[in-house]
Amino acid sequence: MVTPSAQQRVIVVGGGLAGLAATIRIAESGMPVDLFSLVPVKRSHSVCAQGGINACNKIARQQGYSEYEHFDETLYGGDFLQHQPPVYEMAQWAPKIIDLFDRMGVPFNRTSEGQRALRLFGGSLYKRTHFSGATTGQQLMYALDEQTRRYEAEGKVNKYEFWEFLRPLMDDQGVCCGIVAQDLRTMQIRAFRGDAVVMATGGPGLVFGKSTNSVMCTGAAASRCFQAGAKYGNPEFIQVHPTAIPGADKLRLMSESARGEGGRVWVPAKKDAEGRWQPHPESGRDPRQIPTEERWYFLEEKYPAYGNIVPRDIATREIFDTCMKGFGVGGGNMVYLDLSHKSREELETKLGGIIEIYRKFVGEDPVEVPMKIFPGVHYSMGGLWTQYSPNRKYDEIAKKLREINDPIEARNLPVQKRNNEILQRNYEIDQQIADLRDKGGSDDEVQKLEDSKQTPEKLEPYVSLADLHGKDALPVGMDPDAPNNMMTNIPGLYAFGEVNYQYHGGTRLGANALLSCTFDGLFCGRSVVNFVRERAHTPAASLPSSIFDKGVEAEESRMKQLVESSGGENPYEIAKELGLEMTASSTVIKTGPRLEQSLNKLEELRDRYSRISLSDSGFWTNQNLSWARAVGDMIALADPIVRGGLAREESRGSHYRTDFLGRDDSRFLKTTVAEFDASTGRSKISFEEVERGLVGPRVRDYSTTKKSKAQVPAPTSADDPKQSPRVSDPNADVSGARDVRAPGDSEKVSS
Amino acid sequence: MIQSNDDTDLATDTRGHAANGKGPSGARTIRVRIKRADSHGKNVRWEEFKVDLPSAGERDGAINVIACLQQIASNPVTVDGTRSTPVTYESGCLEEVCGSCTMVINGKVRQACSCLVDDYAPNDGDLITLEPMSKFPVVRDLWVDRSRLFKALASVKAWVPIDGTYDLGEGPEETPDEQQTRYKLSTCMSCGCCLEACPQYTLEEDESKFDESFVGAAVISQARYFNMHETGATMKKQRLDTLAGPGGINNCGNSQNCVKVCPKEIPLTESIAAMGRSVTLHRIKEFFSGR
Repeated sequence: MVTPSAQQRVIVVGGGLAGLAATIRIAESGMPVDLFSLVPVKRSHSVCAQGGINACNKIARQQGYSEYEHFDETLYGGDFLQHQPPVYEMAQWAPKIIDLFDRMGVPFNRTSEGQRALRLFGGSLYKRTHFSGATTGQQLMYALDEQTRRYEAEGKVNKYEFWEFLRPLMDDQGVCCGIVAQDLRTMQIRAFRGDAVVMATGGPGLVFGKSTNSVMCTGAAASRCFQAGAKYGNPEFIQVHPTAIPGADKLRLMSESARGEGGRVWVPAKKDAEGRWQPHPESGRDPRQIPTEERWYFLEEKYPAYGNIVPRDIATREIFDTCMKGFGVGGGNMVYLDLSHKSREELETKLGGIIEIYRKFVGEDPVEVPMKIFPGVHYSMGGLWTQYSPNRKYDEIAKKLREINDPIEARNLPVQKRNNEILQRNYEIDQQIADLRDKGGSDDEVQKLEDSKQTPEKLEPYVSLADLHGKDALPVGMDPDAPNNMMTNIPGLYAFGEVNYQYHGGTRLGANALLSCTFDGLFCGRSVVNFVRERAHTPAASLPSSIFDKGVEAEESRMKQLVESSGGENPYEIAKELGLEMTASSTVIKTGPRLEQSLNKLEELRDRYSRISLSDSGFWTNQNLSWARAVGDMIALADPIVRGGLAREESRGSHYRTDFLGRDDSRFLKTTVAEFDASTGRSKISFEEVERGLVGPRVRDYSTTKKSKAQVPAPTSADDPKQSPRVSDPNADVSGARDVRAPGDSEKVSS
Repeated sequence: MIQSNDDTDLATDTRGHAANGKGPSGARTIRVRIKRADSHGKNVRWEEFKVDLPSAGERDGAINVIACLQQIASNPVTVDGTRSTPVTYESGCLEEVCGSCTMVINGKVRQACSCLVDDYAPNDGDLITLEPMSKFPVVRDLWVDRSRLFKALASVKAWVPIDGTYDLGEGPEETPDEQQTRYKLSTCMSCGCCLEACPQYTLEEDESKFDESFVGAAVISQARYFNMHETGATMKKQRLDTLAGPGGINNCGNSQNCVKVCPKEIPLTESIAAMGRSVTLHRIKEFFSGR
């Protein structure tokens, strides 16, 4: 008789921030962990994160910032596409996570007084980003790597490095019970039993060919889960980072912290007689010699409140647009990111890591000369679809707020529809103006067209959680005890970190990724342990070996098929074409016809993929085989990215359709859910409501500072005098009015 | 207004980005000579490949050794027309923060990603040679097994012994100077350059002998890093015991090669000197306390 408790173990796939945080949390609870990684975990992609990690802190708090503001900024940045309870919980945990890293010895930059230093970052007007030089991801990762090594030395963690995850395994109840993986040195394929499996495998940057991602970020692991029946959420939401430097092999990130520390984006330009910027006729000038009046700081001009630190999708579109209009440096696709006005000492201390990268890869010194940058694919907001349980007060508070906000929304939706029509018309007018200018049309004609543009109407403000209950912590986030937090639709299969679609909605704010990855591992690691402990079905150790043998056989035959295939198609060429196609159709701007075209291209690539030949058919350390296998899974994952983009007929966050400008909340304030159809090998798209009971979906506008304040109506229930409204100032403190509890101390809520 | 990504292909079409006036700008073909092996000492051979480099104006940014290896992988045919296999090597971030792609290039150990071909092979027909690091067993081709390095990190207890991941408040305060010193040490990516360059660090294939083999500069420096942290220092004695023992700091022959090859410019010799003093003091203390 097996003793399940003694034999229960958890499998973690991926050794970046999310995987390591989960490993540590689960091992700490006494549950043994088998940790799988393509690379030694210390070399995971999280090391590439540069800028920092967001959290409310002592100074920002005294300036009016709070965990609530962090939550609200994250929703606003994400264009309200997120489920709100997980975001709320994450913001509450952020300061604790910083403290934890601090205790682990992360060398966070310090002020002269010895406090942790802070910097500005995109989408916030408060300094709330903690950093360790400009290699914060590396430093946080190393701290977790060290703790993992400690648990490994204590026998609580088994590492399987250079092992590739091939598929999840499910028992006859459909519950995840292990994985199949392959040793990339010996090429041995084996099944591993696990009572829960945590996928922490990062993003799919390589689907877009070149990106800022590391070489192992193919998305293949997520794709394999997807093809095994896991749902995929918001696939079309791909973040293109505004500032990267290109290389023949990859795009190298130039952190948003460069702008957070005062870096300014500009292009050489000249004002015409009417005071409008025009591309400067002389190209190839030394940027240091260009006078101030011939530098167009277009972000600062268009977004006076946020300037250079607008969220990434906005900065990217502006840079892209500026280059398309012929303003790019030397007429090419580049703009200047300028730090040369800052002192060398400050730059070396705060941004040393990225300055070094620029020096090494471009050969110029950003301290002296403005950097030349252009956007590059960076992050996937979408990922495996996951669930969670809201904390105990959420339903009640959300219901009350929805009662107030639903009628407002009903009044707003028709206005939004009219506004979108105006946006679309104005866009067409802009195109006509551009055509007219090209044809040498007169200024009068242009002006006439300009005058025909309309201004969108204002929308009615919504009432938010803070308006009713203030900004202190409430148990409206996630239930910390629930076993289903960040579990996919396959019981026992979890998704943490970038491979999880939660938290970031339509766009991720800078320095929120390190937070969400660590938070998933720490907060939801506990959920994994609860799931395994409460497991009512057969422990993985007692399941018949046939389940595992079948999985191994399936993967062995897949490998054999690849090795024996001799159709002559080259997997490297297919991957390259896939990357170019996906970058062209599914990044900064999208249109229906272009996406349709991509679906055809994917058909072609699928067909050609079925006829690939490997140039290495050996059974020892065959990277060619591993890559070729991943390429097939990358095509399978590209499918929902394109289909999701096609189905979402609106523009929201990073998803920008020029044929459907503006947000369409009536149809698309919803999660895109993709499911793999095994019979056709294609994905099916549906839409699902998002849980958004705490903050209404106001208009996202970074050109002004303060969102409009809601007029809080009279309380709907007279029997609750404590929650009486404050009409004038929603920020004002009302002591005793709230049920304030630290997140974490809550009773159980059934899911 | 924006019309189409196709017009720019985003950062994949970045003509002119590489043209910084430095290095050669014309299209040319270089040769890459690679020391290959099926596994350690097995079927060791040299293979030479041609790599075509576009002119500066046609480039997608800087070209490094990784881009050459990628080009070879997509069409692995040697200079004498023999069809070969893609070259096996480790790679990761490609921006010199993960340490994966460390190899010996033209006789010098470094990361392949930050090795730009314009610096190493500026003329048509120039040769770049790639070899695996010699101090670690070869897995295949340029991929070597660096597990000894990670095991050595465990032997010096390279971690801060925290009381678990609970919410227990802030860590110890430190001055900006202390932070800067620790930060520099903490950028060590366990790449192994310092070990490859060290005359005292020799190849050891037998895992059971890792414990008494020299730990090397990277690990000594990490021991210093953790001894500098207030909580980390609670395990100072154990770290010094390890460094005082076989494979410890006495193996250092003071060649100072380590510091010269460190891609992160970590003051490794400073770390060795500091730990040398700590170990000596530790021994004197032990001697007088009669242990």
